[in-house]
Amino acid sequence: MSALVDIEHNPPPQQVAMRAEGLGKAYGPITVLSDVTLDIMAGEVHAIIGENGAGKSTLMKLLSGHVQPTTGRMFIEGNPVQFTDAVEAEAAGIVLVHQEILLAPDLTVAQNLYLGRELTRGWMVDDRAMNRRTAELLARVGSVARPNDRVGDLPLAQRQLVQIARALLNEHKVVILDEPTAVLANDEVDALLDIVRSLRAHGVAVLYISHRLEEVEALADRITVLRDGRMIGTWPAENLSQRQMAELMVGRELDMLYPHKREATTAASILEVSDLEVEHGAWKASFSVRPGEVLGIGGMIGSGRTELIEGLMGLRPSTAARVRVNGKDIAERSVRSLMDAGLVYLTEDRKGKGLLLDEELGPNLTLQALDSVNPSTVLNRRAEMSALKQAVSEYDIRVRSLTLTAGQLSGGNQQKLLLAKVMMTNPSVVIIDEPTRGIDIGNKSQIYDFIDKMVREGKACIVISSEMQELVGLADRVLVMRNGRVVAELTGDEINEKTVIYAATSGIRGTAGEEAYDNSDRISRDR
Amino acid sequence: MTTATASVATADEGNRIRWADFAPFIALAVIVLLGALINSNFTSSANLINVITRSAFIAIIAVGATFVISSGGLDLSVGSMMAFVTGIMIMVMNGLAPAYGGWAIVMGAGVAICVGALCGLFNGLIITVGRIEPFIVTLGTMGIFRAFITFMTDGGSLPIDRSLREAYRPVYFGNFLGIPYPVLITLVVVLLGAFILYRTKYGRRLVSSGSNSEVARFSGVNVGRVRTIAYVIQGLCVAVAAICYVPRLGAATPTTGQLWELQVITAVVIGGTLLRGGKGRIWGSVAGALILEVIANVMVLSDMVSEYLVAAVQGAIIIIAMLAHRFTSNR
Repeated sequence: MSALVDIEHNPPPQQVAMRAEGLGKAYGPITVLSDVTLDIMAGEVHAIIGENGAGKSTLMKLLSGHVQPTTGRMFIEGNPVQFTDAVEAEAAGIVLVHQEILLAPDLTVAQNLYLGRELTRGWMVDDRAMNRRTAELLARVGSVARPNDRVGDLPLAQRQLVQIARALLNEHKVVILDEPTAVLANDEVDALLDIVRSLRAHGVAVLYISHRLEEVEALADRITVLRDGRMIGTWPAENLSQRQMAELMVGRELDMLYPHKREATTAASILEVSDLEVEHGAWKASFSVRPGEVLGIGGMIGSGRTELIEGLMGLRPSTAARVRVNGKDIAERSVRSLMDAGLVYLTEDRKGKGLLLDEELGPNLTLQALDSVNPSTVLNRRAEMSALKQAVSEYDIRVRSLTLTAGQLSGGNQQKLLLAKVMMTNPSVVIIDEPTRGIDIGNKSQIYDFIDKMVREGKACIVISSEMQELVGLADRVLVMRNGRVVAELTGDEINEKTVIYAATSGIRGTAGEEAYDNSDRISRDR
Repeated sequence: MTTATASVATADEGNRIRWADFAPFIALAVIVLLGALINSNFTSSANLINVITRSAFIAIIAVGATFVISSGGLDLSVGSMMAFVTGIMIMVMNGLAPAYGGWAIVMGAGVAICVGALCGLFNGLIITVGRIEPFIVTLGTMGIFRAFITFMTDGGSLPIDRSLREAYRPVYFGNFLGIPYPVLITLVVVLLGAFILYRTKYGRRLVSSGSNSEVARFSGVNVGRVRTIAYVIQGLCVAVAAICYVPRLGAATPTTGQLWELQVITAVVIGGTLLRGGKGRIWGSVAGALILEVIANVMVLSDMVSEYLVAAVQGAIIIIAMLAHRFTSNR
């Protein structure tokens, strides 16, 4: 790795906005980050990449004053600084935009933006000035939200943009963006990348953390790689390909990320859904999946993918002409009845809807399959523990203790636990919503292998994903949704990123563009 | 990257959990010790048995409240419900006494159990089917049950029939091998409650519903049913407490069970159950009930504070307990 170009070979013309020297953090005897030395230039986008647990979040928190370092020093424009909290860091010109959305859902967009720093006229809060300024900022970040919208009513992506707008409210020297695009759809991502570029043009130093290496490649001037709490090095972006970045993060040669595609199957469908209508979500959706097949569902965020499936599972008000699982018609749809028929759903929201973060691993693992793990009304602790041990080894869940709570696991391990949890019910059809959201490449590749393995064993899998690459890499067939409708079905060679994006944004099938679907009068749910 | 999966719990983690769980019992021991230092009469066996017996009602109801609170709910109506069940039970017993004699007590107790379960079911269904905040629903039923008992007693006292008094008296005043019946009944209720909460699938589903109802729903748990059953369990506990309570004073009055909801919720909270749900501590609730009764007893014995201020002290305890919890959980 040392053979790769070092920063000194490419002397930056800009001024150093912030410098970290030997920065490290330890909690008691456990060192989570050690010896990071880093220059962040004014007017550069500096990407920080690394697997989960590599120390990216810790580094961000140290730089933004949320956490205090145990070793090392920080400088702003050459002057040594020490922060006791984030407020001090912000006063010094450093702001962190969190990966998780931290906004008050019951307040309006403008109220959130100015929370704690309200504009006043005399004793009165100056709503008009705040709304005016908010509207400008929202326009700048490409958000369609209005200053008076209640934040809780906004889609996730809009909330993320509001959060970014909030960081732009004051002029900052260093803006740290932690996974800003995790919840954004492609066009929104483009808008965000433009914002980042404009910040750079204004001389702001941007520290950019993302799992999406294509974004890093498109945006970053320099890239710093962290692995296992250590800094591996800093390179000019043009010297690294995506593959090299991934290999530096993982510390080994990457095998192909996606498993080889399977032979096309002609088996009879194992799940048939016709005319599924979900309140505020999906219209007249019909689809089926065969054993041995991965069906992808693509589309922009807000296109109704998750709503469609939550409706199917009886988690939202919905109607359907017919839902057939394993040759059996299901009249009363609920998570329970569908699970008994062999259909399970793995939510995209693993922290909010998937796992009990305060509970231990065992109860989390067996919650859904409680009846099969414990045939009688009394809990069988021994069976639970052996199920957990088996799941931990089968799904390679990395834990230092079996008595941890789910919330103490890293994102990737949580996702594996969640997968193990739904697989405990021994399903024949598995629906996975965003199988690899916010997890690192090593875990990603493992999850893909698990999906491939279950499908080769004769199960069927439906994968919902915002990552086009993922759909292309995994699916044998792809349905594309837009505005609550299935607008295209792609098979075989038709499946590539372009066709999926095209269908998702224009609703025109394939490359020929012969079949046009006009859904413009159907956009009632989006706004 | 090559770290193998280890299944060894670090000693540090194990100890931390255990300390938090023992806190209410340590507090109880400290308070008992202080009581013994302040007043020598406190440790007399007659006084101790008296204290434990008196705490039985709150302990029994607190077992039910542990279920409700760990499911993510709250029941403010327990005190009024207790009074209402007591009133119904006395009326049924008095009505049946001429025809059935002593059997009227058994029948009255049976009716009490049914009424308690129905009251709990009523609370539970309005909360889960009607989707209304438990605080509001049980605040409403608290008023309703209180008005019913006031109406039934006509604002005065509703005494149990003389012919039943002797037969019923031992349920509160009697003992088995020196252990008062209310204490034995409490023990049975607590053991049963602990078994259901910790050892059954229902208990697991209840705690998961309280911990995160969305996760429970997405895992196929019928959260509404689980919570409704918790309120029914609460109603049953209230009925059992009522059955033990009637022979003590031999009457129901409009002030029966007044402010018991404060004591019950205090006992549960200082016992270590999380008010936001997801963690239930049955034995902790019992320790909480004992702490409240011991403090009241020491106050009365020592003459330091007027016994009229007992409720103020209990109110202060719940606030202090929550503050202590806040400051310990934030490290």
